[in-house]
Amino acid sequence: MMRYRSYLITFLSICIVFGAWEIAGRIPVSYAFPTFTETIAAFWALLIKGTLFVAYFETLKPLVVGVLISAFVGIGIGLAIGLSRMSDWLLSPIFVVMQTAPLAALIPLLIMIYGIGLTSKVAVVLIMAMPVIVLNTGSAVSNTPASMVEMARSFQGSKRDIIFKIILPAASPIIFAGLRLGVSAGFIGAVLAELKITPTGVGDIITFSRSIADYPSMYAAIMSIILLAVIFLQVLERMEILLFKGRGRGHASEE
Amino acid sequence: MSNNTCDISNDNYAVTVRNVYKSYGDVKALKDLSLDFPRGQLTSLLGPSGCGKTTLLKIIAGLLPADSGEITVNGHPVTGPGPDRAFVFQDFALLPWATVLRNVAFGLELRGVSKSEREAIAEKYIADVGLCGFENSHPHELSGGMRQRVGLARALSVDAQVMLLDEPFAAVDEQTRRKFQEDLLNLVKHENKTFIFVTHSIEEAVYVSDQVAILLPRPSRVSEIIKPEGFRHKDADSIRRDPEYLDIVDRIWSSLRTYVE
Amino acid sequence: MNIFGIKLPSMSSLILWGILWEIVGRLKLTFFLPPLSEVFSTLMQIGTTKVFLKALTETGYAFFAGTFIAIAVGIPVGILMGKSRLIDELLLPWVNMFLSAPLTALVPVMMVLFGFGMKAIVLTTTLFAIWIIVLNSRAGVMHINRSLVEMAHSFGASPMDAFSKVYFWAALPEILSGVRIGFIRAVKGVIIGQLLISIVGFGALFELYSGQFLMKHFWAVLLVLFGISFTIAEFLAHLQRKVAYYATQR
Repeated sequence: MMRYRSYLITFLSICIVFGAWEIAGRIPVSYAFPTFTETIAAFWALLIKGTLFVAYFETLKPLVVGVLISAFVGIGIGLAIGLSRMSDWLLSPIFVVMQTAPLAALIPLLIMIYGIGLTSKVAVVLIMAMPVIVLNTGSAVSNTPASMVEMARSFQGSKRDIIFKIILPAASPIIFAGLRLGVSAGFIGAVLAELKITPTGVGDIITFSRSIADYPSMYAAIMSIILLAVIFLQVLERMEILLFKGRGRGHASEE
Repeated sequence: MSNNTCDISNDNYAVTVRNVYKSYGDVKALKDLSLDFPRGQLTSLLGPSGCGKTTLLKIIAGLLPADSGEITVNGHPVTGPGPDRAFVFQDFALLPWATVLRNVAFGLELRGVSKSEREAIAEKYIADVGLCGFENSHPHELSGGMRQRVGLARALSVDAQVMLLDEPFAAVDEQTRRKFQEDLLNLVKHENKTFIFVTHSIEEAVYVSDQVAILLPRPSRVSEIIKPEGFRHKDADSIRRDPEYLDIVDRIWSSLRTYVE
Repeated sequence: MNIFGIKLPSMSSLILWGILWEIVGRLKLTFFLPPLSEVFSTLMQIGTTKVFLKALTETGYAFFAGTFIAIAVGIPVGILMGKSRLIDELLLPWVNMFLSAPLTALVPVMMVLFGFGMKAIVLTTTLFAIWIIVLNSRAGVMHINRSLVEMAHSFGASPMDAFSKVYFWAALPEILSGVRIGFIRAVKGVIIGQLLISIVGFGALFELYSGQFLMKHFWAVLLVLFGISFTIAEFLAHLQRKVAYYATQR
């Protein structure tokens, strides 16, 4: 009954929002505000023609490359920060500043250095995704319960054992949650890169359909990238719950 | 404790509970529970966890509604919280952003008592519970025991006839707890109030109570009422060595042990 | 970090990085990184120019207007969600969605709906800041210690009193933490908005300087921007630590 009710209300909520969208589009509130049905029709057309798949292949390239590099390098730096006080002192401030600063402002510089190709776009994803991964890994590692480390030491575990058998497993929920936030930031970076640097992929559909005033297609493309990001992050979150069942999921901190 | 034995009416009892039922969904918490609380005395509700003792206390406080049955305080049926009862919480329930003074005066503040008046009353009770000089401290600057003294002072300052204490000493350390128990005995003797006291400690219940009601779980009912009277006149130090005290503790344990999983 | 028994302050390594920057700049290894000292002297020069001050006030205006709307709408909505189960169930999926969505994608919508100007930037800022404020206000109200609620009830508090004297204050640390993260997101939002709409504020300035390859100017503006956003974040973190003592004991 409870379950049923919550599904019903979610369904109701979706109906209200899309209904309101449809009505607002019919009035219309703005010449640039298509109705919900027009948007869905445009979405369908993009899907059938295959435009959307081609576009996502382009969009996901810098995202995947950027997130993978951020994950490897970020976890590495995070580990160093968590394990050594020297590297904590040296490196943490940079990532703390990066985390609070509007790094998007670096994009014009990145364009100057790397041009308008894939490298620049990967770099945008990198600077967006890396800080949150580094900082979460660092704090997860340095916050390993002291009693667990002491336990391992009392059984004469080697430094290597302590890192690989105690610290990393204990930190993994928060590291994973940090990765999820990194992916989320990476999406922002990927879209920003396509809108600001050169229109490719989904950014191209958005920019092009805006220039020819094909608003339904523009809204459809925007809706599709938001949906993709939200669904993908949902899947990551479910995985996290499944993987770390009963361990109390990591409290990753975003800012 | 026999100062008003000549009274024959219900006036003997500050609080009466008659045929109270309470369930949470399918779980029967209280079943046909009846119990009387003599005026001016301390009654403990004692039982294993899950026996519904806190539920009963909250029903008396008016914080929870009973499914059926009748609760009266001084002859008036309980329909909700009222000025005749004051509650002391297990986790103190202090306002972390307010000073000790404002916390103690908070009950009066909610009743619309003027600032100068309520602070004068609060000052008195802060002194009574031994927290002189801490008026402007915040709860996070106090130890657990001191925090509960603030909670106690707040309950005393509204001058309710009935004090409801929900495991008030559960969150303080053992030594502080002993001191509290002695202080509570004095309080019962000197304040003309009725105390209802929930605890899961057998020793504590026998030590402080004029009457111990033993509740058994699932569904909850009163299995026995014990009145430890023989050592009440003794001083605080010698009670714990009194043979009757030890006997009662043993007897309660043997009747409760089968319910401990 | 201790060196020779002296405890180094936590952010002090930035000085070391600054020196490194200066050295790399002096060696003229790359055109893109002028020496830090020259960046600072450029900053002194442009700091008082009309163009710079105009960009600063425009950005400041967009930032404060945007966060003001986010706070004024976000906190009441969050409190409402915490109090009413129906409203919560209706709104929560959307709040969660916008919290993790790449909001950059919505900037073009802002542009076509509200024009290429201040209005679109202000609303972009709001869009970035509001969701976390809603979510934290909701959590703050939902996590109020049960016995504080019972305490207010048992002393006969009126609903008004209970709200203004107990509930609001009990939820305050979490609301503040939402506002803090909201501010940080708003800084990012206002810059992303200006970069994409790029005819006002720092966005226009970046366009100008990078177009003319004025590296010192570019870095000077960047330093100001990073400095301001870091100061805002630290100030709010400081405020939050001040109330943290009661957040821990809920």
